[in-house]
Amino acid sequence: MSYNKKHVSVTLPGVRGLSSSSGPRVCIVGGGPAGFYTAQQLLKVGDAAVDVYERLPVPFGLVRFGVAPDHPEVKNVINTFTQTAQHERCSFHGNVNVGKDVTIDELRQAYHAVVLSYGAEGNRSMGISGEDLPGVFSAKDFVGWYNGLPSNKELRPDLSCETAVILGQGNVALDVARILLAPVEMLKETDITQNALEALAGSKVRRVLIVGRRGPLQIACTIKELREMVNLPNTRADMLPADFEGIAEALKDLPRPRKRLTELMMKAAKEGGDDKAEKCWGFRFFRSPVEVIAGADGKRATGIRLALNKLEGSGESARAEVTGQLEDVDCGLIISSIGYKSIPIDPAVPFDPRRAIVPNEMGRVQDTAGLYCSGWVKRGPTGVIATTMNDSFDTARVLIQDMEAGKLDLSVNKPGAQAITALLQTRGVRTVLFSHWEKINAEEEKRGKFLGKPREKLLDVDEMLKILGRLLI
Amino acid sequence: MAASAAVRSAVSLTQRFVRVSPDCSICPLYRLNACTGATDGFTAPSRRLRTSIGVWQSGDSSSPEEEERVVNVVYIDRCGQRIPVQARAGENALHLAHKHGVDLEGACEASLACSTCHVYVSSEHYEKLPEPEEREDDMLDMAPMLQENSRLGCQIVLTPELDGMELTLPKVTRNFYVDGHVPKPH
Repeated sequence: MSYNKKHVSVTLPGVRGLSSSSGPRVCIVGGGPAGFYTAQQLLKVGDAAVDVYERLPVPFGLVRFGVAPDHPEVKNVINTFTQTAQHERCSFHGNVNVGKDVTIDELRQAYHAVVLSYGAEGNRSMGISGEDLPGVFSAKDFVGWYNGLPSNKELRPDLSCETAVILGQGNVALDVARILLAPVEMLKETDITQNALEALAGSKVRRVLIVGRRGPLQIACTIKELREMVNLPNTRADMLPADFEGIAEALKDLPRPRKRLTELMMKAAKEGGDDKAEKCWGFRFFRSPVEVIAGADGKRATGIRLALNKLEGSGESARAEVTGQLEDVDCGLIISSIGYKSIPIDPAVPFDPRRAIVPNEMGRVQDTAGLYCSGWVKRGPTGVIATTMNDSFDTARVLIQDMEAGKLDLSVNKPGAQAITALLQTRGVRTVLFSHWEKINAEEEKRGKFLGKPREKLLDVDEMLKILGRLLI
Repeated sequence: MAASAAVRSAVSLTQRFVRVSPDCSICPLYRLNACTGATDGFTAPSRRLRTSIGVWQSGDSSSPEEEERVVNVVYIDRCGQRIPVQARAGENALHLAHKHGVDLEGACEASLACSTCHVYVSSEHYEKLPEPEEREDDMLDMAPMLQENSRLGCQIVLTPELDGMELTLPKVTRNFYVDGHVPKPH
């Protein structure tokens, strides 16, 4: 799609670093940790101008929508990202859906290099019957619901059952369990959404089982999250001694992180906790979901059928093998926490559907000069913010190397954001700049103050745009 | 901090003062209730600022007590470059790194909620550090390339006996200049 060249030279208000920048122009797709850390590194070296495009009007991705409300310190990294966004050679463009509002090819025409940092917005499905019944949710959606992700605001999970079963034993599974069992007095001081808070205040869930295919030595969560479960007030741990056979003997050969984690798990399993506690939680190992059981009317989940496994091999590479035995667990809430998944957003970009990542060599997208990737869309959806940080720095360094080695033609002038913003305007897309986000941020903090919370997140994209009103281009 | 407030209002260096004011909430001394409130617990980045304000214990004055409180630290960054810095007793290794432009991230801002300020401590000084608290060990467990002498920079508080300590930043990247490329200084 061509654009009227006359518009290119118009200086648009609020968009920094236009005609003044003489350095390379880089476009980053995705305004989460990967996008911002990649931008940070690119801005440090040389004189590149970096533009970050984000589908939502609000930045920060999973730091805003994934990190649990009771982990506010983890969100401190937002201050680092804010500094990056406010850098004179950086600009943020929110409310832009790359792949729909503008194509990757159009971005590649306007920039010397494009970095894909759009993460994993999809969900790995369990692939079992009954998965679509009411009462069954992906952890991604459940977390999105209590964290105010606009597309999950209508989730309305029914919390009137006694038992919840979570499939998967990573940190996301433990976050969900903890939010289900945490005292409301604690939650109400966090940035959890008000509608989730009210739903949890009326919740009848008292027992949460966290189910994994393999054994205690293969559990994917980390010790900080496990410790938080163990320390939950008015809650006791309820595990099966049989699941821990042979584990004590294996301890001495384990590397430190695995050893400390396993020791804490065994301690929790042995000690249990206060018998008078009203709530309980527990791991269940060697179990895979095979079917969601529907109630008599067939209209909602009332239980889950699990297959019992045995372990072949040991350590991280141990495999679960079926034994043929089955076990039914009554429950009214089933949350599948078996992984996020990246999706292809533009047919022009190579995509590996088996691994659900953009195929790449050290961050250079396969067979596509000038296209790079960082974060989960590059490596797969695992790891904490620090992992993504290191990975993003890697990609940035590779890109800088390529620029310095002449692998990208920097002699040709690229218009960058000027061209793209003009294009978006002709398509009726209202770009949200960082200064606009700061207004949304102030409004959220104001609403939060009224409720005794750090912020009350706006749940609706239209409402966000309305608040910005005539500020938008 | 009454003395500092008086000074601030008395001189027109207020602007710069505000910028260099310490954020107590992120200082481990404050969090551990070990803060004495003494103003020599933080240093201004500008020597000129220090020496022009008489109330501060300036590095320029050479009283014996002053010299004792200087701690020499060497950072070894991810390129292997040695960066010697002078610290004051009571500073923490993460803020010190930032002050001197050393490439040590502190994503969670010293609240023991990440492992991005992971450093290796020179062995003879590692022994002199107090034992890490459980929360630090929990975060260290998540750091890639954990070693015996690993610590989180935000939890290392400088004391005179740590003089000469070397803190090495882990080379965590898999594809870090594998072809031996040397980056331009920036």
